[in-house]
Amino acid sequence: MNARRLLYITGVVALIAWIIVPIYLIALGAFSGRAGVFRWPKSLWPGDATFAAMQVFLQVEGVWKAALNSVIVAGLCMLFSVLLGAPAGYALARFSFRGQTAYRLLIVLTRAFPLAILALPLTVNFIRVGLYDTTLGVALVHTALAFPFAALVSSSLFMGIPRELEEAAWVFGCSRFQAFMKVVLPLALPGLAATAIFAFVISWNEVFAAAVLTVRERTLTAYLLTVLSESPLHFRFAGGFLLIVPSVLFIFAVRKYLFAMWGISNR
Amino acid sequence: MTNSRLLPYLLVAPSVVFLGLLFVVPLVQTIVIAFTDQGGASLAHFRKMAGDLNFGLSLRNTFLLVAVVIPLQIGLALAMAVMLQKLEKGRDLVLWIWTIPLGVSDLAAGLVWLAILQDRGYLNSALFALGLIDGPTNWLSYENPTTLFIGIVLAEIWRATAIVLVILVAGFQLIPKEYNEAAEVFGATGWTRFRKITLPLLKPSLQSALILRTVLAFEVFAVVYALGGRNYPVLVGEAYTWMRDSQNDGVAAAYAILIMVISLAATLLYIRLLRTKPETQA
Repeated sequence: MNARRLLYITGVVALIAWIIVPIYLIALGAFSGRAGVFRWPKSLWPGDATFAAMQVFLQVEGVWKAALNSVIVAGLCMLFSVLLGAPAGYALARFSFRGQTAYRLLIVLTRAFPLAILALPLTVNFIRVGLYDTTLGVALVHTALAFPFAALVSSSLFMGIPRELEEAAWVFGCSRFQAFMKVVLPLALPGLAATAIFAFVISWNEVFAAAVLTVRERTLTAYLLTVLSESPLHFRFAGGFLLIVPSVLFIFAVRKYLFAMWGISNR
Repeated sequence: MTNSRLLPYLLVAPSVVFLGLLFVVPLVQTIVIAFTDQGGASLAHFRKMAGDLNFGLSLRNTFLLVAVVIPLQIGLALAMAVMLQKLEKGRDLVLWIWTIPLGVSDLAAGLVWLAILQDRGYLNSALFALGLIDGPTNWLSYENPTTLFIGIVLAEIWRATAIVLVILVAGFQLIPKEYNEAAEVFGATGWTRFRKITLPLLKPSLQSALILRTVLAFEVFAVVYALGGRNYPVLVGEAYTWMRDSQNDGVAAAYAILIMVISLAATLLYIRLLRTKPETQA
């Protein structure tokens, strides 16, 4: 029994290391600069890590702008996903209406398709309406990626809020809208915030559509992808590290909701 | 109240319009672009796609990657989920660490593993210290397709097992404890309980995890590109190259159609294979 326990603990620790160590190593690569990247053999301790290496990366032409673009795109995606997803989720949770099954199917289909690939024809459409190579255009495509999650998650959120609370508010003279704003929304707000952050992460990490739909207004992922083959290694590691940090922090912020979200939204 | 009958439609209308413009219309357009050439219906783009040197290779590579990565991920995620069930202390912390890759993009994951596997990287430094290699060795080059493949598999497993884990942990939470307790009373061992109770009740979660992961796995691109450039061609990478470098929308659209058909076929297959009767659901 003791040997089994030891095996079990070893397994847990090994899997923790499996996740943590690679992140530590890219951080090391990102902060050790040009000299560190070519050193051989490498030390696994942060001997020559400096902030200067990261600073150099941030001063490279285009990096700062690309990072800013990524934030703008992800912010817009977050906004659109909630604005479209929350009403849809509320409708799915509180009403039974004709066409509901078809609507649900549309949402599930959107999620089951390799959506980023649709960026190809969208290029032509976007050029026509002036959305090509704009942050707004990329944000719209990313919203299509994030919307199914936002809708299904907020529908399960609203289902978890008892209808009686809302009805009580109507009895006391609230209109449907007032009841929603004063009773339902405050209860749903933390969950909606988690949904929004999840949309942010989806957008921040998306590569293909962002790379196809932009030329000058690149997001960080699109920028890194296009300069990948000609950029030095320490530059790539700094970029990779910069991509990882915000989304890891965001996942930490919403960790409580991840499971509730997936458990229900997948049925 | 006519108001409340109209309300659900008003609520879903914006998203229907949005999905129409950003999903249905481009979907139809992709099909049109792929199947027309110089104004008429034709399979020319598909012929050109199939005739390309990289086509067979990228198709084979993508399938190989999916076939190796998905089973390993499901197995690993199941093991992790079972371990979490048994953990008494620090469960939340372990869970958070294990789900960190959820926020890591495929491009970043590729770069993380590039830092480890490049010729002067950390893996080689460790191997050198152990005396296993004589100097910098390039594992990710064109001449070493096997090690490049292993590198991509490692990066994919590292990055995308977390989403399977999250879905499975959520599924575990829905299995009533009494089932396991009852089986224990009747003398079922841990392994029997896992096979006869946990696994069947987990089927719906396994199904959604498989569908989501497989669809995303057929889209694999940035991880591969970051690690091996075009040394390991995959389907989406080819679509990207045809679009970006060759400026050929038709062939790119043909690739898109192919990927969609494969993803859809995989989804339908899973739905068929893992069908659960309503009365056996937890």
